[in-house]
Amino acid sequence: MKVAVLVKRVPDTASELKVADDGKSVVTANLKYVMSPYDEHAVEQGMKLKEANGAEVVVVSVGPPETKEIIRSALAMGADSAILVNVGSATPTSTDVARLLAAALAQVSADVILAGKQAVDDDAAQVPERVAEILGVPHVSVITRFELNGSAVTVDREIEGGHYTFEVSLPALLTAQKGLNTPRYPTLPNIMKAKKKEIKEMSPADLGVTLDAPAERLRVHSVYVPRQQRLCKVLSGDVGQQVNELVKVLREEEKVL
Amino acid sequence: MSVLLLLEQRGTLRQCAFEAASVARDIARGAGMELNAVYIGQSLGDETPALAGFGIGKVFAYENEALRYYSNDAYVGIVESLVKELDAKVVIGSATALGKELCASVAGRLGVELIQDCVGLSWNGGLKATKPLYAGKVLSDVEVLTAPAMASLRPNVAAVVREGDAAPEVVTRPMPEVSLRTVLKEVAEAAAGVVELSEAKIVVSGGRGIGGPEHWPVLQELCDVLGAALGASRAAVDAGWIEHSHQVGQTGKVVGPDLYVACGISGAIQHQAGMRTSKIIVAINKDPDAPVFKICDYGIVGDLFEVVPLLTKELGQTLGR
Repeated sequence: MKVAVLVKRVPDTASELKVADDGKSVVTANLKYVMSPYDEHAVEQGMKLKEANGAEVVVVSVGPPETKEIIRSALAMGADSAILVNVGSATPTSTDVARLLAAALAQVSADVILAGKQAVDDDAAQVPERVAEILGVPHVSVITRFELNGSAVTVDREIEGGHYTFEVSLPALLTAQKGLNTPRYPTLPNIMKAKKKEIKEMSPADLGVTLDAPAERLRVHSVYVPRQQRLCKVLSGDVGQQVNELVKVLREEEKVL
Repeated sequence: MSVLLLLEQRGTLRQCAFEAASVARDIARGAGMELNAVYIGQSLGDETPALAGFGIGKVFAYENEALRYYSNDAYVGIVESLVKELDAKVVIGSATALGKELCASVAGRLGVELIQDCVGLSWNGGLKATKPLYAGKVLSDVEVLTAPAMASLRPNVAAVVREGDAAPEVVTRPMPEVSLRTVLKEVAEAAAGVVELSEAKIVVSGGRGIGGPEHWPVLQELCDVLGAALGASRAAVDAGWIEHSHQVGQTGKVVGPDLYVACGISGAIQHQAGMRTSKIIVAINKDPDAPVFKICDYGIVGDLFEVVPLLTKELGQTLGR
């Protein structure tokens, strides 16, 4: 069995973000980067398949050369090898990222393709579904349970206030939600081993993919930090008085009760 | 040339369908295009009058028992073929759990661009979307240049506005033949009366200050009095005190209720990302230096185990519950 896991390099969720001088992007210099948190759950699921079924796990990513650091952490979790589609400093559209991932995946022939439900930087929430469409494989998004039975998997797909249970025939693509599992921390020996594992680097040209000019498909007019004035009013008096005043303002002034 | 609206249903049409309809009407009007809608489900039944006032010309209703629950294989094919048939230049859906999957798959199949989870959508010579990035730490105003241009609208951000009482013509269509690669085995839906976090008007959340899973009843009682949904910070979820489905923040749900009550939550930046669009934020924390007091409207510095029960009691009396 072969498992492919799609991962993305994103700024740490603790990052404070600033808008760049062009007013159309975010300052990315000096940010700490991590693997997108949902992707960690996808990698962990790959590890579970490796342990239980002897699956070979291949990590696939699209990004700048620095993405290798994030790929190393997936390899340190136990993945076997990786493919990085190096796009340099380009920021391809979701459509193009999906085309690149699909082209790379075509070389892997995975039975199971796993990804995070979305990346926590652009929150585009569409790349895995596009990959499934390009490859022509079925998919289920936002899963919180994964159970392999022969040539099919049973998954729980989260919806508002509940879930649907689906059975999907393989090969299939599934996207991970928090709750699917608890990602492991790499052990020191595994971190050392990861340094020796292969990361195959490819360019879009190597994959026969010509990127569209993003500006012909999407035009960013502006990027800005939402400004919302907050009252920051700390109430005074004893607890009873504070509670009393809070209920009063919420009802009479703010009218939210 | 037309605008196509994807109506979301869960047995009956959902509130977000009417919100998207309100926005789609204004876009169609701005673009000078007709507006049509697609319903995929068991039966639109007597819900057609509820679709009056949105300027919808036709509702294409694909009705079948097998379409009651979301099926990616069936739904995507229907929308794809309808986009082509109607020469839709704009497609608007809802950014719900299932709506986002449908939009992403349709965009993938058509090879067009899609902006998910928009907090604003308008027509200005093209489809313009306001899209939160980094869970809303920054916003982007972006125009979609492909045809069709696709967007999904976040629930709870647009008002439902009906203009006039013209109801759409219903065009009933049979379910197209499709081989299903994913088979629905079981449906687990929330019990009636449980308020869903992302749709709640009031959210009460707890963080590390809760101290342990045995203390949730303190917040749950406040939720019950307020008709609120229970949220949690990442710290509380990562500690294993509550299921991840309650998490508010960059790696959880993004909520925008009228009232957000943060109890024992320090207010880390990744939590702020999930609740900053709330109308009014109340913070209860015993640490006067907690960052949450800088992003709240009203704060009480105090022990939540003292403050919250008092608040519950006072609200119970005031609201008569």
